[in-house]
Amino acid sequence: MGDGIKGARSSSHSLSLRKLTKNYGQQTAIEDVSIEVGRGKFLTLLGPSGSGKTTILMTVAGFLAPTSGQILLDDRDITHLAPERRNFGMVFQGYALFPHMTVEENVWFPLRVRGMPFAGARKDVLAILDLVQLGGLASRLPAELSGGQQQRVALARALVFQPNLLLLDEPLSALDKRLRADLQWELSALHRRLGATFISVTHDQDEALSMSDEIVILRDGRVEQSGSPAILYDRPATKFVASFLGESNFIRGEVSDVETDRFRYRVKDRSFLQAGSPAPKHQDGSVLLALRPEKISVGPEPTNLPNSVEGHIADFKYFGSMFYLQVATELFGRMLVKTPAGKAGFDPGMTGQVWLGWTPDASVVVRAS
Amino acid sequence: MHIPDGQRFYYWAMAPAAVLVAIFFAVPLLQVLWLSVSEPALGLQNYAALIDNTLLHRVWLNTLRICALTTVFAVLAGYLVAYVMVQVGEQHRFLMIFCIVLTFWLSVLIRAFAWVMILRTEGVVNATLLALGLVEQPLRLVRNETGVLIGMTHYMLPVAVLPMYSSMITISRTFVDAARGLGAGAWQTFLLVYLPLSKPGIIAAAVLVFIFSLGFYITPAILGGGRVVMIAEYIRVSFDETLRWGYAAMLASTLLIALSLGLALLARVVNVRKVFGA
Repeated sequence: MGDGIKGARSSSHSLSLRKLTKNYGQQTAIEDVSIEVGRGKFLTLLGPSGSGKTTILMTVAGFLAPTSGQILLDDRDITHLAPERRNFGMVFQGYALFPHMTVEENVWFPLRVRGMPFAGARKDVLAILDLVQLGGLASRLPAELSGGQQQRVALARALVFQPNLLLLDEPLSALDKRLRADLQWELSALHRRLGATFISVTHDQDEALSMSDEIVILRDGRVEQSGSPAILYDRPATKFVASFLGESNFIRGEVSDVETDRFRYRVKDRSFLQAGSPAPKHQDGSVLLALRPEKISVGPEPTNLPNSVEGHIADFKYFGSMFYLQVATELFGRMLVKTPAGKAGFDPGMTGQVWLGWTPDASVVVRAS
Repeated sequence: MHIPDGQRFYYWAMAPAAVLVAIFFAVPLLQVLWLSVSEPALGLQNYAALIDNTLLHRVWLNTLRICALTTVFAVLAGYLVAYVMVQVGEQHRFLMIFCIVLTFWLSVLIRAFAWVMILRTEGVVNATLLALGLVEQPLRLVRNETGVLIGMTHYMLPVAVLPMYSSMITISRTFVDAARGLGAGAWQTFLLVYLPLSKPGIIAAAVLVFIFSLGFYITPAILGGGRVVMIAEYIRVSFDETLRWGYAAMLASTLLIALSLGLALLARVVNVRKVFGA
């Protein structure tokens, strides 16, 4: 197995989804979905429930046949290939470990159905169990394991036969918060080490941001936006992306002076400066801007940043490392501001009036829908 | 045991039934047990037949063989029915359950005679086979062990289907998907995953069918045409015709003990309360 693990990079595959549509009678589960997954990439399908992310994964796995569209593994059309012939590893939601088999029998299973006897498979099984740090538990039954251990068994079982792709359906959702954070590190380390192509489905934005090379955000069965985590976070194209991935304040203003690489917009009688172009502009000449709460500076004195607004602290929460402030402004209503607790320089509980400030490139123009 | 005041009434409400059971079931049962060790003389001489009476050995072996074969056929056929019931949609499933329960309402006597009509030399099965030229002589399907097996398997089918169905319906679809996704073909998935997961239902069904079959009386008597003597028929003959009451009581007691042992065995592998729908 040792050689197999090292050799996996060279055998990693790419996947293309071309105009996939899946209808259930009148209902459309996914529509016109096209996604490219590069060799060795970790791609996450992110969306709220009902956005079609699981439908896409099940179609890739072969459990659902698309109504139209194509699935290509490298250049081979696998749209109509039976699931057991795709050679994809899959970690199911809830893991689906076979309850009547021990840990090693579960991990042996994919090798066993490929005609490998237990004795011959034993080395590979133990190697992969070591890789997921479960070497000592080989003869336990799944019911005797904790959630995190079951998750690792499911991973080992999905990886032991060197699959073309690894599919993960809400891989961490059944675990508690701390364990989830630990396994996020492990899972991305495992991905780097194996160099294989991973496709994950989740509704958890932290999971998506922390592990993925690329995120596809889905909404109502369509691709809303895709790109690297940093692009999606810093340059959300729509209001939906800005509010689904992280948190955002939204500002609607009237575009006034437009220059080549920046423009001004007005809110009531105040003017603000924004980098970039005002596209996409609304028909009535207004623009919608998303402003991340941690990109706003806050203090008890007026600021000299190009954009500023005054308000008072209506509410706050302390998270150890961060303050989350609810600042009531006359111009924009409530604004969420996040500021490092150690560097705040003031006590939110004692401070009434504050000034918020941000640079022209802190906010970004987004489509309203 | 402490009984809350509010529940005391319910325990008293059970009293008439408990008294009835005691007088008309428990007491006669004890009388039968007593008879088996006291007639014609006090002692275990009736039970000695278990060791040295070759006729009795033959009857018991007959009974066990027929019950074992019935169990195999009923569980095999019942597994298919239960599997289909789990796979079909809600409406079909309801219809299937209805049909299975319906058979419980038909008298065992009527069913046995119906089988005689169907299986006899001039019956519909032989007539069809002859007309199609598949056989030259009518098959002997009744008044022999074949007839008994057909009748008993048919009678036991619902008993086999229900526990297997209730076990299979709990098997999550994800296990099957997981097996397919990991590379198992349909047949491998069934053998390595589905079948082992449905094992508790199979065991429950097999033990139930076997235990029920041991006491069969009417079906073997009618479909066996007197040629196939099972233990229940032998008990009747001993009471009714040879008038060896102590011997008959010993046979009945032995059957009772065999059934109790079977149930105890069942209790070790499955939840008995669940099997009986409690």
